[in-house]
Amino acid sequence: MVRKVKILEHELVPKHEVLSPEEALKVLKKLGITPDKLPWIRASDPVARAIRAKPGDIVKITRKSPTAGETVVYRYVVPG
Amino acid sequence: MASQKLLEKKIKKIEKLLPKSIINELLAKLKDLDISEDKLNKIIKEVVKEYRYVEVDPGEAVGTVAAQSIGEPSTQMTLRTFHYAGVRELNVTLGLPRLIEIVDARREPSTPIMTVYLDEEHRYDKTKAIEMARKIEYTTIENVAKTIDVDLLTSSIIIVLDKEMMKDKGVTLEQIIKALERLKIGKITIEEEQIRISIPQQEAEGIVKISKLNKLREKVTNARIKGLKGVKRAIVQKKGNEYVIITDGSNFSNVLSIKGVDHRRTITNDIHEIEKVLGIEAARIAIVNEIMKVLEDQGLDVDIRHILLIADMMTRTGRVRQVGRHGVSGEKPSVLARAAFEVTVKHLLEGAARGEIDELKGITENVIVGQIIPLGTGIVELYMKPSFSKKSESK
Repeated sequence: MVRKVKILEHELVPKHEVLSPEEALKVLKKLGITPDKLPWIRASDPVARAIRAKPGDIVKITRKSPTAGETVVYRYVVPG
Repeated sequence: MASQKLLEKKIKKIEKLLPKSIINELLAKLKDLDISEDKLNKIIKEVVKEYRYVEVDPGEAVGTVAAQSIGEPSTQMTLRTFHYAGVRELNVTLGLPRLIEIVDARREPSTPIMTVYLDEEHRYDKTKAIEMARKIEYTTIENVAKTIDVDLLTSSIIIVLDKEMMKDKGVTLEQIIKALERLKIGKITIEEEQIRISIPQQEAEGIVKISKLNKLREKVTNARIKGLKGVKRAIVQKKGNEYVIITDGSNFSNVLSIKGVDHRRTITNDIHEIEKVLGIEAARIAIVNEIMKVLEDQGLDVDIRHILLIADMMTRTGRVRQVGRHGVSGEKPSVLARAAFEVTVKHLLEGAARGEIDELKGITENVIVGQIIPLGTGIVELYMKPSFSKKSESK
């Protein structure tokens, strides 16, 4: 009965992408912060696992926003 | 008609400055206007200026404003509502109790409910939708039996079936037999209207036998025939032009993997379940949707930005935390701020024992020690370099 569900297709799940180290550095520089000050996402998060994000990575999330149309936020992958 | 190309070029320039929804609105409005480039520039400039003007300023107390904006209307809620509403046979927690449930991030909502959307094949056909509902609904022997008796003389359990319930739940005799066979407790024989399970005899008899039979009866009563654990009831409802299944009880991870269920849209009101199955970002959206739903059907108009802020704070650490002692407020880095909130002595004592340092960066700490609070204009710190000013003067 257990069919592998494609959770990334669910309408509640926004687009997640793992940033390359160069891109990640650029983002941090633009925001002027250290990665731990970003919101976190656990490495055990089902979406983080699906896109193979490792602790230390930065994930770019493109949300659909009810006020701004579309917003980009970043989350720092932490172990756990 | 302003030339399309020119417009696109201009918009491209300001794309980084404005959010997408405003860009789209601007594009839609400007498309049919016949104006000169000069005026176009002016309009765009004005829009950018206006947007910058309404942005939140640095140092604005957005958290306090959010708390007040939700708190004030919620007081209205307590006074004038029934906190339950019947969706046909289903009970749904609404109003203040539900709001508290969400921000407290309770492990399980008091009325877990799933809204199961169906795929293209089952969506428009009522009989197919009912079939799906039966598949989901948790059915045990108890649901389809008139009586379940223990016969001490022959040491067996006798189940009298309720034909009407069987038909209603869509259960066949074979399914029941199969479910009973899975228990592996004795030989099963069918006698007209009833099923007899003969339990093999054992030497040690007497009182022990009775309690053993009663235990087995319990096991038979709760034997699963079909459905998902936790789903007490499944009701088919028409929503727009399609049929959806509303369930009493939630089992999100399993319902998604059932064939015939639309795994893209099916949702539950259990936020922890969403977090577990779909991740923290989905949980954030679910929190926003659930809170907005409560406020909206109470007829309260709260700006969604306040809710977004709360959802952001609740999901900041990658887990859903409650707003309160064991979450957002209880995990503040400052000892003084925590002590000012709840259970003062405990926090001061523990802070002292651990040798915690308070950096006096927050509001509460600075109110306590009597300094200017870092909020609004107080957030700016000015430093003067006397040597620098001397030098520039002498030049």
